[in-house]
Amino acid sequence: MALLIDLLSWALILTGGAFGIIGGIGLLRLPDFFSRIHAASLTDSMCAPCIIAGLMLQSGLTLVTVKLAFLIGFLFLTSPTASHALAKAALHGGLKPGKCHSPAEARPD
Amino acid sequence: MDTLVDILLLAFIAICAIAILRLRDLFAAVMMFGLFSLIAAGLFTTMHAPDVAFTEAAVGAGISTILILATLSQTARREKSQVGRNVILPLVVVWVTGAALIYGTVDLPVFGDPAAAAHQHVAPYYINESPHQIGIPNMVAAVLASYRAYDTLGEVVVVFAALIGVIALLGLRRRPEGVESGPLTLDHHQVLKVVARLVVPVILLFALYVQFHGEYSPGGGFQAGVLFAAGIILYALVFGLKSARQVIPPRLLGRLPAAGVLIFGGTGLLTMALGGNYLDYNVLAEHPPTAQQIGIIMVEIGVGVTVASVMLLIYFIFAERGMRRRPGNDAGGEAGR
Amino acid sequence: MIVAAILSIMITMALAVTRALLGKTVYDRILAVNVFGTKTVLLIAALAFLTGRPDVLDIALAYALINFIGMIAVLRYFEYGGAEENGRGAD
Repeated sequence: MALLIDLLSWALILTGGAFGIIGGIGLLRLPDFFSRIHAASLTDSMCAPCIIAGLMLQSGLTLVTVKLAFLIGFLFLTSPTASHALAKAALHGGLKPGKCHSPAEARPD
Repeated sequence: MDTLVDILLLAFIAICAIAILRLRDLFAAVMMFGLFSLIAAGLFTTMHAPDVAFTEAAVGAGISTILILATLSQTARREKSQVGRNVILPLVVVWVTGAALIYGTVDLPVFGDPAAAAHQHVAPYYINESPHQIGIPNMVAAVLASYRAYDTLGEVVVVFAALIGVIALLGLRRRPEGVESGPLTLDHHQVLKVVARLVVPVILLFALYVQFHGEYSPGGGFQAGVLFAAGIILYALVFGLKSARQVIPPRLLGRLPAAGVLIFGGTGLLTMALGGNYLDYNVLAEHPPTAQQIGIIMVEIGVGVTVASVMLLIYFIFAERGMRRRPGNDAGGEAGR
Repeated sequence: MIVAAILSIMITMALAVTRALLGKTVYDRILAVNVFGTKTVLLIAALAFLTGRPDVLDIALAYALINFIGMIAVLRYFEYGGAEENGRGAD
């Protein structure tokens, strides 16, 4: 039983880490802002609960698990909202999907 | 493993600092400053200083970024390039000073060495005596609120004085003209409004938890005050300054910092009235550890009230100035929707 | 295992910092800082397990909150206050 929980915890943490790295690579290599936000926010919302669930299985039934459960709940709620708000603000600011240049992108940084 | 994390985080900080120097776009520089604070909080955690990491996270990455953004919205967005400036003399001064400092660090003791001079005199006394003199698990809170209560009183008064400086320079209006909840609320962000309604009570509750749990785990008055202010600022950001002013009326808010300082200083006067010295908590109850804990709770409440109300007031003052400076905004905003 | 988690988190952080530095538009930088913030929350939670001090989890919780508030503040000011140099809204 303990071995099963340990294996499950390993699997979850590794999966979470893999998601994170995939998201990071996507953040770097994708050509357009909107595709990048797609990569980053999707993998972010997947990576965090996986890693935290793996940590929860490590610690058994204690207060630590409850705090981690709060953390998952909170991240589930706010991380996609922040990405949504960012995409909306970018659309408002004139950035257009696709590789065409927009006023914001043409502005020297 | 710890060393690897430390090296990586320090490398990130160095890269971040160089990037901040090179950026001309001030908005991006503010974002990088937030990044800097995040990395610094991670570094403090690896150095086993969770209280400091907590405060750095809350203040540096949260409130500081928000206040600088509020300032930036009223000034220019790009830094003007400066030509014709002499760079040789400042460069020489910086290099000489840096070299002297690095030469000075050669003589420092090893990081965390228990035989270092800084750990010899008061630190063993606090570590040995505080379990039975004060009896709370978080020694940092014990030192902050009891052994070094004068210093904490000074810090609280400094925060209060900063607020007075801001009010003296920028002014605090009871009822500013032109305050409307037009385009400056995110009216078309329905998702944000729903989520903010769910999240703000959680933040306020968590702030209360950090305030009262500061004796048992990392936390305390400063961190709780900053979190509380951050929660109300989130409400003000999403629902508008006018709604936020209805939540906490400015007349009440203007009196709260002074009330916080009064609670702290008043605890000292209370102990003097009961026959002890100023801020000598042992006279507050029969059993000394209980008396110490009562005193610590009282002063932490004073600190929390002061910090929360000061942060909130400064944000309201900055945000009002931003709104007053844009008279034509409502026409443009409404038409563009 | 926690070491593996920390390593993968730090690799992701390095990638996010690179994007924050390169970022062609300002929105890229905001996105990179957001990703970095979430990864810092995870790093602190993993460090809490590595060093055996579970009270550090409060910092992770507070961090997640502050990250969210910081993002909303950035977007609000960028949308309505700071996008143009004369201070008028970006609409």
